[in-house]
Amino acid sequence: MSTYTAVTDADREAMLSAIGVEDVEDLFAGIPADLRLDHPLDLPPGAPEQDVYAHLRDLAARNVSTEDELSFLGGGMYDHYVPAIVDMLMSRSEFLTPYTPYQPEVSQGGLQVMFEYQTAISELTALPVANASVYDGPSAVASAGYLARLANGRGRFVVSEGLHPHARETLRTYAHGFGAQITAVPLRDGRTDADAWAAAMDDDTCAAFFQNPNFLGAVEDAETLASAVPDAGVVVGSYDPIALGILRPPGECGVDVCVGEGQPLGNRLDFGGPSFGFFAATEAYLRRMPGRIAGETVDAEGRRGFVLTLQTREQHIRREKATSNICTAQALNALGGVVYLTWLGREGLVELGELLLQRTHYAREALCAIDGVEPLHSQPVIREFAVTLPVPVQEVVERCAEQGVNPGLALPEHDALLVAITELRTRADIDRLAEVVREAVTA
Amino acid sequence: MTTMVAEQQLTVFEKGAPGRRAFVAPALDVPEVDPRALLPDALRRSEPAALPELSEPEIVRHYVNLSKRNFDLDSGFYPLGSCTMKHNPRLHERVAALPGHARLHPLQHPSRAQGALELMWNLERSLAEISGLPHVSLQPSAGSHGELAGVLLSRAYHEARGETRTKVLTPDTAHGTNPATVTMAGMEVVKVGTAPDGGVDVDDLRAKADESVACLMLTNPNTLGIFDANIAEIAHIVHDVGATLYYDGANLNAIMGITRPGDMGFDIVHFNLHKSFTQPHGGGGPGSGPIAVSDRMEPYLMDPRIVRLDDGGFDLRGDSPDSIGRLRGFQGNYGCFVRCYAYIRSLGAEGLRDASATAVLNANYLLARLGDLAPLLPLAHGERCMHEFVLSGAPMKRELGIRTLDLAKRLLDHGFHPPTVYFPLLVDEALLIEPTETETRETLDAFAEAVAEILAEAAEDPEIARTAPHTTPVRRLDEAAAAKRPVIRQAL
Repeated sequence: MSTYTAVTDADREAMLSAIGVEDVEDLFAGIPADLRLDHPLDLPPGAPEQDVYAHLRDLAARNVSTEDELSFLGGGMYDHYVPAIVDMLMSRSEFLTPYTPYQPEVSQGGLQVMFEYQTAISELTALPVANASVYDGPSAVASAGYLARLANGRGRFVVSEGLHPHARETLRTYAHGFGAQITAVPLRDGRTDADAWAAAMDDDTCAAFFQNPNFLGAVEDAETLASAVPDAGVVVGSYDPIALGILRPPGECGVDVCVGEGQPLGNRLDFGGPSFGFFAATEAYLRRMPGRIAGETVDAEGRRGFVLTLQTREQHIRREKATSNICTAQALNALGGVVYLTWLGREGLVELGELLLQRTHYAREALCAIDGVEPLHSQPVIREFAVTLPVPVQEVVERCAEQGVNPGLALPEHDALLVAITELRTRADIDRLAEVVREAVTA
Repeated sequence: MTTMVAEQQLTVFEKGAPGRRAFVAPALDVPEVDPRALLPDALRRSEPAALPELSEPEIVRHYVNLSKRNFDLDSGFYPLGSCTMKHNPRLHERVAALPGHARLHPLQHPSRAQGALELMWNLERSLAEISGLPHVSLQPSAGSHGELAGVLLSRAYHEARGETRTKVLTPDTAHGTNPATVTMAGMEVVKVGTAPDGGVDVDDLRAKADESVACLMLTNPNTLGIFDANIAEIAHIVHDVGATLYYDGANLNAIMGITRPGDMGFDIVHFNLHKSFTQPHGGGGPGSGPIAVSDRMEPYLMDPRIVRLDDGGFDLRGDSPDSIGRLRGFQGNYGCFVRCYAYIRSLGAEGLRDASATAVLNANYLLARLGDLAPLLPLAHGERCMHEFVLSGAPMKRELGIRTLDLAKRLLDHGFHPPTVYFPLLVDEALLIEPTETETRETLDAFAEAVAEILAEAAEDPEIARTAPHTTPVRRLDEAAAAKRPVIRQAL
């Protein structure tokens, strides 16, 4: 008997007899003999639970996590505090172990969570429709590109260089498949160059992409960027959901599709996943959305209930004409997202944003007070900023690491350091950062 | 009709009161600067987002009560065909939550993430061994994402040879993600028929295979639960015209340690870590869809890749000249890798083989137990099955006047999650049943008895099944109304 199975010798005998074969191997008679493995797989032998635990714990111990050092790493994922209720609810069997709610009568919990999540994302973005999640932020950007391509049939994406490099690379991979060209628009003083952006638009502009705050932490003038895109083109904004607590929402700026990385909303870092991507849009794109959408309806007795809806967009109905190939998305992670937003609440999300704004400003000033350290750009920042250094950035990162501080993400192409602040990084932590960076650049 | 809304059906947006809260913000510990000097009004939100306002006890009660309106694998049998709803070991949740895994930043320097890279390397090697294909990328986020990787890889492979191939062949039994993926990758779907024995119609394949074909996407065993014994010939036909052969790993749970896609001639395989390798399904994700490929496909694999250094350490490299690029952020769903690696280490080679053998045993046993009902619910093809099987409800519909949907809904009243219904599409009134290896014989017996009882009951009074379920939190829901006038968010 292997781990997690229940068939005893007596069971097996009775079962084989019911089937009418002598041996379990007879059940594989349909596989041609020359294709059957004649030796065991070359894998380590199975092990008791305690040994596997010890092995996985040893591997974990060889990573330097945000509990092991003072970390200012960001660049798309952020070390926020994850409240205990998020862990507790995400680990409940009833949310953890079902699959996609194909039987709505016994899936009202999961479906209502999706509906609430969609409402929260819609509120956050000020856009009327949201789906129940996609894989992550960068793939959400690429999915928005596919939506635009199917919507207007045009062939060119205009992409700000302030969009996260992973999102730009993912978009490029997808676009090579479904057929779209990419025109990159550079940054000027940290923000998307509005003149170059406007000049890049033409009759073939399918969609235009920017990120807010952008990869260098700068707050973009979303309204100006959106207004430069021709009417038929789709304006895609990739937003940081925490910044949306205080930032003017994309729905008020002319953005047609707002996507983003959901990890900051109550999801672990997990070395990059699983988290979730959020996806919201104007009403016009409702029937072109990718992925699952929960909708409200009534049951046979007139009671409120929820179902997966608008499924004629989806791969299992529409097949090659589907709006996306996505099937399994990130339901559990989206649950974490909506529980986190509920825990923060209406005022809490604003308070968190204002706190980050103040601490980030303090950190930027503290670092720029060091001789030779300069802001990379002069734009407003909310939770992340970049500074240039008088010595190679990788050397600074290494020297800081020796002091137990991870000062942020090295951006060698700018000779800059990208520094992220969360509510877990206190004034004392920031002062410590400034101290070790000062030592590192003057060493 | 006015919708009736009971207390337990109120959304979180309809609960709480202004001013209530759970979150206590950390103190402002830096000198305060005028916030409008830091972020001018023109860039600011004028009104807070209308998020709920609840105390922590209210939030807990709301979501715990919602959870009780879900059926889940931990509570009962969930024989959802093609989804492999096997037990989710709790060790996996414990190890995934260790801070060294859970709080590891994805942009941590590789030299300080050696444990994670070693884990991923070991998982890659294990998946390569299980599939018989030497090169692995863990990056895709789910099966359909792995499919997209595979089709883009095929495309890159042909492009590198100066060929433009536009067609991808898929069997008419294929999962909907296959054709949807093909279109996303900018290619055209061509369907291949199914032979009377349930396998690929080899003559039809031969007629359609030519030098415009980039790839054939196949599941083996297929969605009928049948191993296609002609696979070597199929591979030969496909490779003969220079196309690649893609293995949809949705049904890998039937063959681990028994036969390998690489040995069958496949060039690309995707795995569903949330199916064969116990990643919990989460109510619809997260999943994870790594791919394994043959030598000739290797140059086009996604970046970044894990490499083993001469000193035994590991690094991430993102500079392969012919790579198709990236399909998502960072390194993939690492939390899933931790769980699935723990599973492979727990079972080892012998345990994995036993898992597949038991999955096939359980499926055939359940099929045998349902054998008495064959006049009403016949097996769609063949006599036996691999890890899952398809019954047709067409005679039941004709004789008893209840549809597969009615049987499925009545199973809910018996405490079972129904099988996958109305898939595969080519079987009339299909029921696709996959019990998995982690169920007991007693559970399989109870399920078979429930089906028999429902059919006997329907012979007396079909109306009971037609109006089922009767004992669930809600009755049948009006899906047409939901789609006609979509309400997809709370009006506030």
